[in-house]
Amino acid sequence: MADVIALTYEISPDDFTRAGEASSDVKSKLKQVGVSPAAIRKVAIAMYEGEINMVIHAEGGKITVEISPTEIRMILADKGPGIPDVDQAMQAGWSTAPDEVRSLGFGAGMGLPNMKKYTDEMDIKTTLGVGTTITMVVKI
Amino acid sequence: MTVEELIEKQEFKMVVEGEDLSREVTGIFCCDLLSIAMGRAPSDSAWVTVMGNVNTIAVATLADVACVILAEGALPDDMCRARAKQQGVTVLVTEEPIFEAALKVHRQLHG
Repeated sequence: MADVIALTYEISPDDFTRAGEASSDVKSKLKQVGVSPAAIRKVAIAMYEGEINMVIHAEGGKITVEISPTEIRMILADKGPGIPDVDQAMQAGWSTAPDEVRSLGFGAGMGLPNMKKYTDEMDIKTTLGVGTTITMVVKI
Repeated sequence: MTVEELIEKQEFKMVVEGEDLSREVTGIFCCDLLSIAMGRAPSDSAWVTVMGNVNTIAVATLADVACVILAEGALPDDMCRARAKQQGVTVLVTEEPIFEAALKVHRQLHG
C-alpha cells in the first residue's frame, strides 16, 4: 500500500500575523516530494483561505493534511459558531467578517468560493454552536 | 523580463530583496483585497497593491507571484519586511498610483 504523509497544524485564534504559516509549510513539503506547481498552488490557496476563516470566525482549530500519491486531502476542523446558511456563505461576496478584518484586506467574501474553485472535492459539515469541519481534496 | 531588469529599467525602489531576482515576470496583477488576489493573481506576475502588511507576503508566497510592488508610497511595516525576507519575496515600492505603476510594468513587458 502506498505511503500517506500526514501533517497536523494547530491554528491560533485571532492571530493574523501567523495565518498562512501552515499553508506555507504544506507548500514547501509538497515541493519537496515533487508535486506539480499547479497542484501546489491549488492546495496553498484553498488551505490559506481555510486558515484565514478559522482565524476570523472560529477561534482557531486544527488542520490535518494527508498527502498520498494520487491526492492531497485537507481536513479543517474548528469548534467555532458554525455556518447558519452554507449556500449563502458559498456566494462570492457574502461575508460576515468584522471591519478590522476588512481593513487588513480580507473579508471580501471570497474565502469559501475560492476553496471550492481550487479543489476537486469540498465537503462542509457544520453544526451551529458546535463547529465546522471542511474536507477538501486536490487530485494530483 | 526578470525582476532585476524591472528594477533597473523603472523607478521602483527595492525595499526587500527576495531570494531570486533573476525570476521571470510574465504578467501584472492589481488588487488590494487579499482574498481576491489570492485566487486570481497569476503565478510569476508582478502584484501591484497598497496593502503592505504581513498578510500581503503570505498571499504573495502562496499565489507564487514574482514580486510585490507597493504603490502610492505605501511602505511595508516591520513585520511585513521581516516576513518577506524570511519567505524570499521581493518587495518594491513606488510613489506612483497603482494604475501608473502597473502601466510601467506593462510597457516593459509588452512595449
